[in-house]
Amino acid sequence: MLERTGVPTEEDLAKVIPPEERRKRGPYAVFECFQRIPCDPCYPACKAGAVKPFDDINDLPVVDLDKCNGCGACVAACPGLAVFVVDETFSETEALVKMPYEFLPLPEPGETVGCLDREGREVCSGRVVRTVKGKDKMATPVVWVAFPKASCHSVRHIALRRGVA
Amino acid sequence: MRETEIAVVGAGPAGLCAALAAASCGAAVTLIDREERPGGQLVKQTHKFFGSERQDAGTRGIDIGRRLSERAMSHPGIRTMLECTALGYYADGVLCLEQNERFIKLKVKRMIVATGASERMLAFPNNDLPGIYGAGAVQTLMNVHGVRPGDRVLMVGAGNIGLIVSYQLAQAGVKVAAVVEALPKIGGYAVHASKIRRLGIPILTSHSVKEAHGKEVLEGVTVWRLDPGWRGIPGTEMRFDVDVMCLAVGLSPLTELLWQAGCEMKYVAELGGHVATRDDNLETTVKGIFVAGDASGVEEASSAMVGGRLAGYAAAASLGYCPDFETKKKQALWELAELRAGPTGEKIRKGLAALRGEAC
Ligand code: SF4
Ligand code: SF4
Repeated sequence: MLERTGVPTEEDLAKVIPPEERRKRGPYAVFECFQRIPCDPCYPACKAGAVKPFDDINDLPVVDLDKCNGCGACVAACPGLAVFVVDETFSETEALVKMPYEFLPLPEPGETVGCLDREGREVCSGRVVRTVKGKDKMATPVVWVAFPKASCHSVRHIALRRGVA
Repeated sequence: MRETEIAVVGAGPAGLCAALAAASCGAAVTLIDREERPGGQLVKQTHKFFGSERQDAGTRGIDIGRRLSERAMSHPGIRTMLECTALGYYADGVLCLEQNERFIKLKVKRMIVATGASERMLAFPNNDLPGIYGAGAVQTLMNVHGVRPGDRVLMVGAGNIGLIVSYQLAQAGVKVAAVVEALPKIGGYAVHASKIRRLGIPILTSHSVKEAHGKEVLEGVTVWRLDPGWRGIPGTEMRFDVDVMCLAVGLSPLTELLWQAGCEMKYVAELGGHVATRDDNLETTVKGIFVAGDASGVEEASSAMVGGRLAGYAAAASLGYCPDFETKKKQALWELAELRAGPTGEKIRKGLAALRGEAC
């Protein structure tokens, strides 16, 4: 299915979304990387040692969620823009997702944005908490967005609402 | 007559790596490119590369191109000739060049052909309307010259180039109406496909262009679904009102120089068309002529860089440089095998086996 649509299926996602017990403990990385391709920059990017070393560069990334602290270094490093950090403990009602965002202008903290799912459909409104620009201008910026918890497994992109009445 | 030990034709990822490898062993290299700056297709690759740290994974193509170009331009062993076109190679080792409307003869001991590839065209009614571009041209307009190609684009081809250029169009604020792919599956990496789906861009697999519309310029495109025999299914037509259609339907190796030099050529569909038969060192059937990069078979830039490096060392070693060639060769072959090992490398593996005359 993913090969035909470009959208991971529920089954694909079930493999990378951690069990509830881990989700309640704090932020965790979700690696939406389901196809064997020659790629491994997520491994050196993770200073916590949570991404296991690759035996074969074509292997899928394997994450030790006990070591993952949700820092988001892998989000900025992944050339496939396939990694997201989800924090379901952000507040009573909201989850926080750190997502890669390579568009200009970058959203400002406090800004209200549209939250889009994996097919680009708007599912809810969100609030930008932080925009991390990275070391140099070529790094992938990471935007932290808070929105209602129920959508934390579906929201993967944002749309700015500037200029929209 | 001017002389050089190793001429490298083409200063893209393969040619740059070939020149740097050969020069690092002490060979005198002349690097030739018809553009005004080196880098080849890297100059417009604004996305981050895959591969591993050894191949600069996670670095954007333009940065890799800039870095390699600077190293090549400042290397005392490399003479760079830009805006210079290779016209022909003759058996006595003379490479004929054109630069500033002047004809130049260069006596070479070895030649590495890293000329790259050209974009394929697609046959459909009105395919000559202005507004119909190759994906490479669109990338050059946007990423090199900063020009928006239009307002609304239909992308044809869901290989990595089609997916990446769609993403870059969206980054430039251009609306991408859809990506159309004749195959039943997306050919490019799933992560690239997911990236553009998130933006709301549909990908229509098993669909192709029926015809383009417009009087003076492109005004719209009709696409339709294909049956398993690749025939359009009447009644499934969809019209997109777009002012740009971007074709990313594959590349063919640029091999004129190899044909003309008399290298044995073989048609291998998986490698993009006719390519030169060669040995492990990337040396063709004409002694002293090596191939690297897309000219030797269309592939990803990371493999082109490793292949270029191998050809550079091999050419240098054949002139008596590079004493530890066997170690360097082993390393390069290992890296290539690794890059081609996964399912996305299957096509290349098949193509290379066919080229060697092995069944796969
Ligand atoms: S979020 Fe941080 S700790 Fe977790 S896998 Fe990514 S880089 Fe490692
Ligand atoms: S860096 Fe991204 S695309 Fe590459 S293996 Fe890791 S998760 Fe997958």
